[in-house]
Amino acid sequence: MIVTWLARWIDSRLRLSKPAREFMNHVFPDHWSFLLGEIALYSFLLLVATGTFLALLFNGSAATVVYHGPYRALDGVPMSAAYESVLRISFEVPAGLLIRQMHHWAALIFVGAIVLHLSRIFFTGAYRRPREINWIIGLTLLLLAIVNGYLGYSIGGDLLSGTGVRIAYAILLSVPLIGPWLAFIFFGGNVPTDAAIPRMYGLHIFLVPALIAGLLLLHLAIIWRQYHTNYPGPGRTNHSIVGSRLWPSYTGKSLGLLFLVAALTAALGGLVQINPVWIYGPDNPAAALPGAQPDWYLGWIEGAMRLFPGINLRIGSWLFPELFFAGVFFPALIFGGLYLYPFFERWITFDDEPHHVLHLPYETPLKTAFGCAVFAMLLVLFFAGSDDVIAVVAGGSVVTIRAILRVLFFIAPTVTAALVYFLCVKLKRKHAVPVAQAADTKRTILQYALLVGSAAGIAILAAARSKLSRWHSE
Amino acid sequence: MTARSRNRGAKRVASDRSLRAFALKMSNVFFAKRAAHAGDRVAGHRISTDALELLAVGKSDGESSDSISAGRSRSDSQSPATSAGGSYEPPPDSPPSPLGVDSEPSEKDSEDAQRLGAALATIAFSIAIAGGIGFLFVYWTSGNNMLLGTSLAVAFGGFGVALVLAAHWLILQTEVSAPREPLTSSAEERESVYRDFYPGRQVIRRRKLLTWMSAAVMGTLAAAAISVLRSFFGESPYGPTLMSGIWRRGDRLVTEKGDPVSIHSLQMGSSMVVYPEKHLGYVSAQTVLLRVQEKYLQLPKQRATWAPMGYLAYSRVCTHAGCPVGLFEAQNDLLLCPCHQSTFNVMDGAQPTGGPAARPLPQLPLYVDGDGNLRAGGDFTAPPGPSFWSIP
Repeated sequence: MIVTWLARWIDSRLRLSKPAREFMNHVFPDHWSFLLGEIALYSFLLLVATGTFLALLFNGSAATVVYHGPYRALDGVPMSAAYESVLRISFEVPAGLLIRQMHHWAALIFVGAIVLHLSRIFFTGAYRRPREINWIIGLTLLLLAIVNGYLGYSIGGDLLSGTGVRIAYAILLSVPLIGPWLAFIFFGGNVPTDAAIPRMYGLHIFLVPALIAGLLLLHLAIIWRQYHTNYPGPGRTNHSIVGSRLWPSYTGKSLGLLFLVAALTAALGGLVQINPVWIYGPDNPAAALPGAQPDWYLGWIEGAMRLFPGINLRIGSWLFPELFFAGVFFPALIFGGLYLYPFFERWITFDDEPHHVLHLPYETPLKTAFGCAVFAMLLVLFFAGSDDVIAVVAGGSVVTIRAILRVLFFIAPTVTAALVYFLCVKLKRKHAVPVAQAADTKRTILQYALLVGSAAGIAILAAARSKLSRWHSE
Repeated sequence: MTARSRNRGAKRVASDRSLRAFALKMSNVFFAKRAAHAGDRVAGHRISTDALELLAVGKSDGESSDSISAGRSRSDSQSPATSAGGSYEPPPDSPPSPLGVDSEPSEKDSEDAQRLGAALATIAFSIAIAGGIGFLFVYWTSGNNMLLGTSLAVAFGGFGVALVLAAHWLILQTEVSAPREPLTSSAEERESVYRDFYPGRQVIRRRKLLTWMSAAVMGTLAAAAISVLRSFFGESPYGPTLMSGIWRRGDRLVTEKGDPVSIHSLQMGSSMVVYPEKHLGYVSAQTVLLRVQEKYLQLPKQRATWAPMGYLAYSRVCTHAGCPVGLFEAQNDLLLCPCHQSTFNVMDGAQPTGGPAARPLPQLPLYVDGDGNLRAGGDFTAPPGPSFWSIP
């Protein structure tokens, strides 16, 4: 009744019947792997909801105050106002700790879901024409999610976040030519500065979320315009979309998922402690937390920073700090490679046709092997990011474990690539997917040429580097 | 469909059935009466006649003429169930709707299925309500975080499960096949855009002047926007904070509490944090003071006098990422950074011996004054802190 009345009222002013009908009848395919992006979307909604609650109670200021409150261990201790307000949210605000922990968990799930979503898209070829634009937007969303996650856990004013701020400052500082300016513009001086927390807080709750929300809407609008892809199957062609209608089939399932994601976040927020800042204590530039690690999505950069050898590369009087290679160049390489991948593949395969039907990972053995190899490498780096913790747990020395991980950094991707490649070839043969033989041969030859070429390139670079460092040490 | 997936499907049906048998028994007890209203169609397909009228307004058939034939293959499978459910049914020989064509709904549309679905969903909904009430109760009483989280999770989870169950059992799932329009405009459409754009441009006179002057204004404004970044750095990075420490020759070393440091302050093999007397707590000036056996020192010749009585002082800010190099391992003569495990050999001027750091820790020259207190003999040997491109 009311719905009909309201619909009529709106329709007689905006003439929305036709778009409303198209909206309700929009077709979405059903597959569990298509829900990963939805999980990311829903965890973003949860982040906005819990984040609003927190923002109204958090005090993003670096001013020094003395804490007096129910947490006895820090009673009478001077600290930043930001840290004090986090303690108040955690110990005094009703449900404050729950919302804070839910916010942190939702952030971890958000980035995790994006990464899984990205992997699904990469391994099934969903980035191919016409979806390159959404690939780029999606990667930018991942980047922004990582940045905002970092900003979020850096504004708490605790010792762990202080360590993170110092490291981020050092990373910005290490950029050739503009590094010192970058670091000073961002942090307002040599850290610790009073400007850092308010500035990061402003970015964390306004600029970056606004960018994420805007790009997210664009991402969805483009999916809407282009329709989702389909897995191969009977009746799935480049000229059709097979699935369920948004209303009512898909709405029910999708809303169910929203509440399941919320339930997971609430359960984690209530039962699994995360970022117990009161244990770390307030930030103190003269102290560092042993075993300090970033949130999981920065673990690979942390690992790269630990594994990269201390080479002192000077060209003329210019220094290229080791931190630049591990903290800036390597992540830029990974993200740059991801951004360019669809165009690279188009260039190497001469395939500029629209693709609306996905391929299964085993149908493209080389790509799948390459992708898995990159994942293996990132996984090694992820573990390297906690090499000190591994040393404590496993009982070895950090030096040994680092040496092992340095070897693994090269071995693991190679072995993974080989294993995955042969597994894919085997599966492909078993399923005997018909492929145009000629095109496939051309493609394979090109791919091999590229592989050999890049190996040669890496060898040349490695030789050049060792020569450079020898030249420098003389 | 491969044999294996068909097999899997069969298994799923079997497990569905056993679940069904159990749940049916339960539901027959509680829901027999309500399910008897068999005239009720499944919830999702109940669309009021008013809404149908509204929908019919939007249905104009001009759009369907260019739909692609692939969608047509399924057009004959239009089932009475779906058309009764409210989707617009095209006249018999018209082309398929651009909004897609539904398959037969799944076989779940039986009274049993509805009863079972209703039973399961009601249980889940009730659990959700219980969770919500639990949350309210805990929130207004103890506020225990674990109970809050659990009850909220139960509320959300129950609701989520209920919705999924409803989608599975109570909303008829049909598979739709809709045609995709090509995502490239037709040549005609493009042509029409050109036709509108170019004459539109023609009526703009003095285009060059407008273009260049606008570009000039934009350039100026861009320069202004970029230079506003200056407001964000408190000081030039090439001022004193980055390029030098704050130690001066003659500065007395003091502890974190401000007490002067004498030649008796440290045992052999121990360390402490010191600051210049005038800048207590200044981060870039923080220095680690160690005492080692003089005979093992391997300092460069020009630094031979910098370690009186085995007292050595280095910048405490790591040259890698700026963490405090907090740990002194006396038995290995190493300073260790807790962040990325860089190690520095204190005997030879804190050269890096392992980990990612590439530059030695800057050393602070020391001497002993007439009162037996330690003083700085000058500034650090290099700017303290993490490396940057123009660091000497």
